[in-house]
Amino acid sequence: MSASSPVFAPPRTADVSRPRRRRRLPFSGWHLVLAPIAALYALPLAWLVLSSLMTNAQINRFPPTIVPGSLHLDGYRYVFENALFPRWFLNSVLVSLVVVVSNLVLCSLAGYAFARLRFRGSHVVLVLMLMTIAIPFQLVMIPLFLVMKQLGLVDSLIGVMGPWLVLPFGVFMLRQFFLSIPRELEEAAWIDGCSRLRILWEIILPLAKPALATVAVWSFLISWNEFTWPLILTNSQSHYTLQLGIATFQGAHQTQWSAVMAGNVITVLPMLAAFLLAQKTFIRSLASSAVKG
Amino acid sequence: MHGTTQAVDVAPSAGTPLTTSRPRRSLKERVFGETPSAWLFILPAVVLLATIYVVPFGWSLLLSFKADDLVTPSRWVGLGNYRALAKDPQFGAAVRHTLVYAALYVPLTIGLGMTFALMLNRRIRFIGIYRTLIIVPFVVSYAVQGILFSFIFDSQYGLANAALHAVGIGRQGFFNDPGQALYLIALVGVWSGTGFCLIVFLAALQDVPRELMEAAWIDGARRWGVFRHVIVPTLMPIIVFLLLWQTLIALQLFDLVYVTTNGGPLESTTVVVFFVYEKAFRLLSAGYGAAAAYLVGLGLIALAVLSSFVRNRWMRSA
Repeated sequence: MSASSPVFAPPRTADVSRPRRRRRLPFSGWHLVLAPIAALYALPLAWLVLSSLMTNAQINRFPPTIVPGSLHLDGYRYVFENALFPRWFLNSVLVSLVVVVSNLVLCSLAGYAFARLRFRGSHVVLVLMLMTIAIPFQLVMIPLFLVMKQLGLVDSLIGVMGPWLVLPFGVFMLRQFFLSIPRELEEAAWIDGCSRLRILWEIILPLAKPALATVAVWSFLISWNEFTWPLILTNSQSHYTLQLGIATFQGAHQTQWSAVMAGNVITVLPMLAAFLLAQKTFIRSLASSAVKG
Repeated sequence: MHGTTQAVDVAPSAGTPLTTSRPRRSLKERVFGETPSAWLFILPAVVLLATIYVVPFGWSLLLSFKADDLVTPSRWVGLGNYRALAKDPQFGAAVRHTLVYAALYVPLTIGLGMTFALMLNRRIRFIGIYRTLIIVPFVVSYAVQGILFSFIFDSQYGLANAALHAVGIGRQGFFNDPGQALYLIALVGVWSGTGFCLIVFLAALQDVPRELMEAAWIDGARRWGVFRHVIVPTLMPIIVFLLLWQTLIALQLFDLVYVTTNGGPLESTTVVVFFVYEKAFRLLSAGYGAAAAYLVGLGLIALAVLSSFVRNRWMRSA
């Protein structure tokens, strides 16, 4: 987007040459509107980080300390000593990792079949698949729990991953992208006798990196942040994900705000880091999910 | 937008010779040999999606006609669950709370998202930072949001009460106050939900010719005209899409409620999904919960159909 290249506003030069009859700000007036709005949106997260580095004594007073004289790691220590945090973190990483990889593989395969291969029933299956995007998860969560019970997956990490292993949106997105790749690129390989799978792997997927990044980002966002499903499916704390773990921790340690906030920071940090590092990909994914989905 | 039109254009032709290019036709046998293996490509996805959505979707309907405690065998009660729902004041209240939330969340996120997008769609310094700061709450999970705002709006030590105290307003109950809790949850929802709308509007604004926009900003007289005749028509399909999408999100509200108020105080924040969760998984009347979920689900699907109808009509007339 245009904003990434610093462009100086043209009025600046006009300002210099003009006699100072009409006073103008040395910067665009929009800053006066935008800066407070941005600050307002950032404030809760700033407070999150700050309070995680304070002691309960600094927090639990009225009014609370806004600018602490010293920063502490007590909260982080407490949260690691009094909860299964490392375990929850590992569980979340595992769930997200499997979900992202599974989506990349399965959505690529299905998307390619729908884009390129002719087979009986492809249209019907594709339409059905698209329709599942419109089914809200809450509508199916009760019977899905029963399905998991039948499969013996209640209170298991595989069960937690289950619903997100293939996102229909991902299949659809990749199909659209594959359709935009010219057929000629594949035909030479096809005549040389390459299998479809090899064509997909060696020719199509390297071209589809932006679309794959979108699928990866979207499935990571969903699986990392999911709360309702692990809440329903898991019973034992050792199978909690971070989201569920931190909520349980907060319920049990109401007044330990600094530890709760430390846990919150740990929970949100991977997602924030991913967002800030790959902001362009994130924004493009979200926008394309809206415009195409 | 491109998606829907393309899906209609391309998918049916997948079976016609039109898409078969020359070299493939000469390898006819091979093509036909490929056909069954295509199913292997889609099989994992189909099996998983059938297990996750299609089977439960039907099962849910079946379940809603039964009394089921998730443990012992269920018993058929016909429309009993639905009749009971119609008379259940708790369910009525849950629907009302959900609608109040949606009535705040949907217009505010879309309105703010569009306003911010129009403000941010210019070349001044720090614009990227402003954009990032407004979008970032969107990637924060509802669990973290809920906990963070429980802390900020803590009636004893919260930052919010301190701020109010500083300007001479007395302590508020916030999440402990039945008259405030739902509105606070909506506030949190808007805080995190604006980012998505902003992203979508910013992407859409890229389609508006920049020279036209810039000319419009410089020449004040034409500003309104350009907004009316250039920007609004570009954004209209986006607004229709977001109305549907944000409504879907709003009606699915659960995590935030669970973490901040747990449906309270005095059931003032019991929204529909929370009602479903409570009935099915806390009170173990899965059939009753499924019936409630189905009613909401049908509402959502009706909404989706309606909006795609509106969108198609709009696209055709455009």
